[in-house]
Amino acid sequence: MREILDDIERWRRLGRSVALARVIDLEGSGPRMPGATMAVADNGEVAGSVSGGCVEGAVVAEALEVLDGGGRRLVSFGYSDDEAFAVGLTCGGTVHLFIEPLDW
Amino acid sequence: MAADSAPGTTTPIFDTVASLLRDESAFALATVVEGPAAGAKLLVRPEGTQGTEGTQGTEGTEGTEGTEGTQGTEGTEGTEGTEGTQGTLGTLGNAGLDRVVERDALGELAAGRSGVRHYGEHGEAREDDVRVFIESFAQPPRMLIFGAVDFTGALVRIAKVLGYRVTVCDAREVFATRQRFPLADDVVVDWPNRLLDQVGAELGQRDAVCVLTHDNKFDVPAIVSALATEVGYIGVMGSRRTHENRLVRLSEAGVDDAGLARLRSPLGLDIGARTPEETAISIVAEIIALRTGRSVRALSSSSGPIHG
Repeated sequence: MREILDDIERWRRLGRSVALARVIDLEGSGPRMPGATMAVADNGEVAGSVSGGCVEGAVVAEALEVLDGGGRRLVSFGYSDDEAFAVGLTCGGTVHLFIEPLDW
Repeated sequence: MAADSAPGTTTPIFDTVASLLRDESAFALATVVEGPAAGAKLLVRPEGTQGTEGTQGTEGTEGTEGTEGTQGTEGTEGTEGTEGTQGTLGTLGNAGLDRVVERDALGELAAGRSGVRHYGEHGEAREDDVRVFIESFAQPPRMLIFGAVDFTGALVRIAKVLGYRVTVCDAREVFATRQRFPLADDVVVDWPNRLLDQVGAELGQRDAVCVLTHDNKFDVPAIVSALATEVGYIGVMGSRRTHENRLVRLSEAGVDDAGLARLRSPLGLDIGARTPEETAISIVAEIIALRTGRSVRALSSSSGPIHG
């Protein structure tokens, strides 16, 4: 979180809405630990990461939906996750994310 | 929902989070990730950390969705009197849940862990109505580097990459200058053992002391003082001959075998490092390996030439 504060604060000064996606749990092997955070501005700009680059694209799409009024949500990506079989961690683990608007 | 994240929304908890992160203060942030008040937050600070400048300006402001009426004040009803806590900000929806999560958050913070815990709606144990993500924001680990030598600048840079709060200390004021170590958090002109007398009690398992002076006059008292602390890593630079000589002097200074066994000397992993930067990487890699308990070949347990 610390490393993305400058980006978040810059976006907010510019009047952008921001969503935060945070790794809350990890099963098996995964590159980022709980607490890893990615911030997404409403224009699609991104700061930080939640994996080694495997799922970031899908997380941005979810975050933009959240900012569009879709509601905060839990999202999971795993190698054999049926709901997200097209996107997953190549290392075989499952990562659980909480995505929410920065309104707190 | 969309309106909540609109520009201009006040964000009292996030503002406090940002302020505490910039101050490098310890805290935990709990978020309901599943349950009736999903998104609700409770920020918890351990005892003795309150009063840091710049973090007080956001209390008493409006709170998060779904938690009306109770939040935004320090020590909200139900969290008052909880042992070991100086203050909370926000609420997870009810006082019972706040009280239990506050206690758990302090435990997780002390252990440096982050993860999801589940509770009953009012904080009951062994129920699963509410899932709460507790994230620990511990203070950064500290690295004290004794000796303002060539290798010091590289070690400061690498340690900063890894998030250490770095202090460079050398008794020689011509060497211990801010200009030479612009990335160091502190540059102290003093004898290492005197600095350790001041800050040694704060050092713990995550912290590191690196003695790079190569000079028994400074090394021996620095090592003796470092061994009196709980610091997790004590690395000492020097050739194998310097090391042998130092062992004798440390024994003369009263350091026993258990103390000598705590030292990583010569410090660093046996990766054939040559440059100051490579040496710095071998040092921090040794610190990581010590923490994770992985088996790697350290210079202190090998006998060949140090440089590749």
